[in-house]
Amino acid sequence: MPSVTRVVLAEDEVLLREGLVGLLTRFDFAVVAAVGSAPELVDAVRTHRPELVVTDIRMPPEHRDDGLRAAVALRGERPDLAVVVLSQHVQSGYAAALLDSGDGRRVGYLLKDRVADVAEFADTLRRVAAGGTAVDPDVVRHLLRRPRDPLDALSRREREVLGLVAEGHSNGAIAARLHVTEAAVGKHVGNILAKLDLPPDDDTNRRVLAVLAYLRAGG
Amino acid sequence: MTQPSHLAGALRRRRYPLSAWPWRALAYAATTLPVAGVLAVAWSVVAAPLLLVVSALRRDRPVDVPVLAVLAVLALIALAVAPLASAPVAAVERWRLGLVDSRPLPGPLRRGPVARLTGAAAWREVAYTAWLATVVPLAYGTFGLLVLLDVALVAGPWLAGDGERIVLVWDTVESPAGAVPYAVAGVLAAPVLLYLAGLLVAGQAAVARWLLDGAPDATALREVTRSRARLMGAYEAERRRIERDVHDAAQPRLTSLTLQLGLARLDVPDDSPAARPLDAAHEQAKELMVTLRGIVQGIRPRQLSELGLAGAVGDLAARSVVPVTVRADLSRPVPELVETTAWYVVSEALGNVARHAGATRAEVRLTHADRRLVVEVEDDGRGGADPAHGTGLTGLADRVAAVDGRLLLASPPGGPTLVRVELPCRP
Repeated sequence: MPSVTRVVLAEDEVLLREGLVGLLTRFDFAVVAAVGSAPELVDAVRTHRPELVVTDIRMPPEHRDDGLRAAVALRGERPDLAVVVLSQHVQSGYAAALLDSGDGRRVGYLLKDRVADVAEFADTLRRVAAGGTAVDPDVVRHLLRRPRDPLDALSRREREVLGLVAEGHSNGAIAARLHVTEAAVGKHVGNILAKLDLPPDDDTNRRVLAVLAYLRAGG
Repeated sequence: MTQPSHLAGALRRRRYPLSAWPWRALAYAATTLPVAGVLAVAWSVVAAPLLLVVSALRRDRPVDVPVLAVLAVLALIALAVAPLASAPVAAVERWRLGLVDSRPLPGPLRRGPVARLTGAAAWREVAYTAWLATVVPLAYGTFGLLVLLDVALVAGPWLAGDGERIVLVWDTVESPAGAVPYAVAGVLAAPVLLYLAGLLVAGQAAVARWLLDGAPDATALREVTRSRARLMGAYEAERRRIERDVHDAAQPRLTSLTLQLGLARLDVPDDSPAARPLDAAHEQAKELMVTLRGIVQGIRPRQLSELGLAGAVGDLAARSVVPVTVRADLSRPVPELVETTAWYVVSEALGNVARHAGATRAEVRLTHADRRLVVEVEDDGRGGADPAHGTGLTGLADRVAAVDGRLLLASPPGGPTLVRVELPCRP
């Protein structure tokens, strides 16, 4: 039997929760628990020990950032737990709080809008569960828009590539999106890392983390 | 240069003696005489019993009790009707004050006779009337003596003719020649007297303004602002309710619908007739999600609900084009309405920094002081911010005033610009 990713889902809106269960099941995730509040999420994770948590940020009991706080606390207990938080709107502060938990691997911060593109959303969840990092393109764009001297040195193409790198895509995926060769992407990434004064590294994920750490440090 | 609006201001100008102001002062002084004269007589009725007692005691005679009783009753009656009688006097005096002071002077609210007896404004008018009847005539008398003295000095050379001896102030002169130095001194003293007259009238006008200012008192004003704050509070609560309705009810349903459409599309083969309409519906639902998110953002800053003030301000700072440092020292909870106001202040101020200041960096400080929240936004830009231009700062001041706070701005040309807002935090 192939290993399926066991998921605990936390979303307080019942309709959306059911929709997400349907989506996850459709893409071969095993939803072991679907709950509606932050304390229930913590309980469910301790009981079922899933590999992945998908949670809304705003949830009962306080309807503030309960879901995010629960997720960060859970990662404190189990650093290998993959967590994807869903937010109704762009907020770089949330992304930073999440990336700061553990080693920054196996985390994702996505706008709820992303669930509309079901296949891509499922793909992102798989990437995070496999040890990747995924930050919503809107958040990345938001971070990149802020003018800072080292980023001024990048060409438009390089910014584009950096954005995709930060979203967690491999060189191959980036090449396919930009309709260029993978070698060209590799060259861009090398240039970016050089211009940003980051040592080159083969590991895609560490590359993402380095870029995000750099973006965060500037904030 | 702007024209002074009142006598005290005009006196400080070098052109005072050549301006119309001395004439206005003269007109005021001249019209004071009949008013103060009538009042002095009326006042003597009130003061008569006292004078009678004093005079009797001084002459060591017994006090005439029946006369004293009658006069005392008269005085009491006069005192009782004083608040009513002072109304026309105050009206005349307010009108007369316009001669030397063009600033508006509100009268007290029109009220019934009983209310007048208990109202502070009416008794201030009585105090003014008493002052006008006693101190003012004395002051005018003293000044009149000074004028007479000066006239005598100037007229000395003519008066001292034909070998007559005359007394000028303290000295005795016997010839016109001997009186000349005194005459010169008298002429030199004339401008001094002109200024002294101005001062006298300005002082009188200042007291009149102080006592006749019938503007509603401070407690009433506080009540007004508090009700305005209540209104703002209700308005904000309503916005929050709408925002919550959209966010909690409409948005998740729409997200769910979009998700279902996306899933359905996966199950429909590309060559099916349903594929294209389903694609279109999916796209439209996604666009609607973006639209709705924009609407919710416009209703109330979501960051504030979820991150609290310090966090939401941090988020604003992170979005700013100009690098912003945030120093938040908030040890106590801040009321929600104050939180919202503070957020808008920072949002607008940082917007101004980005648009107009030409700054390279800015700092936002949030602190508690006394029972207030103090919000400061400072930048190293070119300064010269002027509330008179554009509506941003005045709109902000309105918003701040509505919660009984105040907005202060320091923005000298060349910078730096500091916006400071103080918002009361009642427990």
